[in-house]
Amino acid sequence: MVNRDVIIDIRHLSKSFGDKKVLDDINFYIRRGEFITLLGPSGCGKTTTLRIIAGFVEPTEGQVLLDGKDISGIPPYQRPLNTVFQRYALFPHLDVYDNIAFGLKLKNVPEDEIDKKVRKVLKLVSMSDYESRDVDSLSGGQQQRVAIARALVNQPKVLLLDEPLAALDLKMRKDMQIELKEMHEKLGITFIYVTHDQEEALTLSDTIVVMNEGKIQQIGTPTDIYNEPQNEFVADFIGESNILNGTMLCDRKVNFVDHDFDCVDEGFGENVPVDVVVRPEDVEIRKDQSKAEFFGTVSSCTFKGVFYQIFVNTETGFELMVQNYRKYDVGEKVGMQIQPGNIQVMRKPRIRNTFNGEIIDNTHVCFLGESFECKPTELKAGTEVKVEVEFKNIDLQDHQEEGTVNGEVHFILYKGDHYHLTVLTESGEHVYVDTQDIWDKGDLVGINIAARDIKIGKIDE
Amino acid sequence: MKKFLAQTYLWILLILLYAPLIFIAIFSFTEARVLGNWTGFSTQLYENLFTGNVNGSASLISAVRNTFIIAIVAALISTVLGTLAAIGIHNLRGRKKSTMLFLNNIPMLNPDIITGVSLFLLFVFLRISQGYATVVLAHVTFCTPYVVLSVLPRITQLSPNTYEAALDLGATPMQALWKVIVPQLRPGMVSGFFLAFTMSLDDFAVTFFTRGTIGLDTLSTFIYTDARKGGLTPELRPLMTLIFLIILILLVIINVRQAKQQNSIKNK
Repeated sequence: MVNRDVIIDIRHLSKSFGDKKVLDDINFYIRRGEFITLLGPSGCGKTTTLRIIAGFVEPTEGQVLLDGKDISGIPPYQRPLNTVFQRYALFPHLDVYDNIAFGLKLKNVPEDEIDKKVRKVLKLVSMSDYESRDVDSLSGGQQQRVAIARALVNQPKVLLLDEPLAALDLKMRKDMQIELKEMHEKLGITFIYVTHDQEEALTLSDTIVVMNEGKIQQIGTPTDIYNEPQNEFVADFIGESNILNGTMLCDRKVNFVDHDFDCVDEGFGENVPVDVVVRPEDVEIRKDQSKAEFFGTVSSCTFKGVFYQIFVNTETGFELMVQNYRKYDVGEKVGMQIQPGNIQVMRKPRIRNTFNGEIIDNTHVCFLGESFECKPTELKAGTEVKVEVEFKNIDLQDHQEEGTVNGEVHFILYKGDHYHLTVLTESGEHVYVDTQDIWDKGDLVGINIAARDIKIGKIDE
Repeated sequence: MKKFLAQTYLWILLILLYAPLIFIAIFSFTEARVLGNWTGFSTQLYENLFTGNVNGSASLISAVRNTFIIAIVAALISTVLGTLAAIGIHNLRGRKKSTMLFLNNIPMLNPDIITGVSLFLLFVFLRISQGYATVVLAHVTFCTPYVVLSVLPRITQLSPNTYEAALDLGATPMQALWKVIVPQLRPGMVSGFFLAFTMSLDDFAVTFFTRGTIGLDTLSTFIYTDARKGGLTPELRPLMTLIFLIILILLVIINVRQAKQQNSIKNK
């Protein structure tokens, strides 16, 4: 079935460069005329996705459908798409006019028609007086306008933009954002925009696709993504947030920072561990402590222009980030409250580490590619087992040689009273660790696990 | 005083370097048969050279013609091969790239005589009869690395997406190469061409071993034979002076171009 409304449909897209899988089963569709943004940190696969759509990269698996037709075999120069590159990629041996006319000349469009089109698009990007200028003599912003004009003049079905504003300074970037948005509304062309700048994505897009490590994390409108992040990664990546461990007590009741709150979420079950996200601007803070739900002491207060960013230590030992228009003094006792609608509850993707392992002998088990000592077991050598280790029982060492397994700190999440780390082992597996110690992203660590903390279980049938 | 000494030293060095050339240039303006005798100023040798009134003038003129034809053909082929090779090397990664660059540098450092002898043996082994074609082939082998080296920096300067941008706008890979890549590499290709041209022009050893026995002479082999036959033909003096001037002009052009290129990079 072909949905007339869908212009691009991406199905089961995967891409590996050598051993490294950069895209893992990507699925989404783009509606005609939509402004869609692929958002994620560097290396998340957003640019690769765009390059596959443009035709510069062949997917390892999967399809890209344009108007319902698979375009996988079509070379980039035959696709009705045009790209605006991050570094503009203008042709320095041609002037502004000839850069823009390049595509039309290749298609043998009559001279007078080229002239008309080039002038029209120059006007659109407010560069009318620059047609005979050398592109190297233009500023970054002007070069980017020429690059946009060069793409738009071909009247593509879809315009692909690969971090087009990344090389511009802040002020210029803001101006161009508004202009891009206006151009999009005026032209009605579908825009696919790639950026790592979450604010840019929230400002410009109709739909945002949040990506990380080659996988889609969430697809939604800017407000959905901001207000209802589906997982820790999205909550952490988009805007500032407090991400905390909590327990769903029953429908509409959640406990976190050792306090019971009313919330609006249902259907999680009773006494289920969850992650709770509270935006710093949603923590209501006041000096008058009579009406507050919970209490704390201000540990720092920094002026941020529009608001103050305040860190509060709660009585129960958690640190919360709060934004408020009023200044609070360090050491001041404050009361706090959170509206039920502002508490976002997320199911935990996992509550402990689970690895596939194999029994070596009655006191050793192999997982993560290494042999670990474990409690005596009666299972036979060679039995495949499920190994479980609590987050807090993973011991990280500064020096790799001190660990049984080596890894690299991959992702860090502050959870109010501890850090939740994702460590990528050399065998490519993820180990999740709860720790009080401060680590940096990219730190090389050794991983140890005590024999008593390794729980061996049968593989679920 | 220190400055004066430094200056003097520099001048003495320059004079020593250029003395032979100046010597030839000065003595091209006298008629004496034996080099070093001054028999009064005269432009007779230049006149002889241009009117063809020289002993064995036919073979001298054909040697000059051969030299230039070989230099131009070899330089053209080297420019094409060298540019393509440079594009290829640029697209390699890591170890492969450094290996290729190393392999590219060896022929430049290799003594000419060894290049010449080994090519001679190769042609003999392959039973290729030696003559024009083998000389051109031989010159292409030692000229191409120079073109590669003068084109590579231009490729590095290309914005990484330029080629893709051309494809994106509807150019086929050939059109992209021809309309976008080559125009941007042109300055490097021109420098490479001139370098190859001068390298080919002054080669002796390689030509000597690959010209075969058909009596093909370039200027350098002609002079060598001529000198062995009992003294240099006096008309060679103005000829060498002229060739030196041509090379000098070419070198100045190359240097000016490079300076311009570097300026344009700085301005970016």
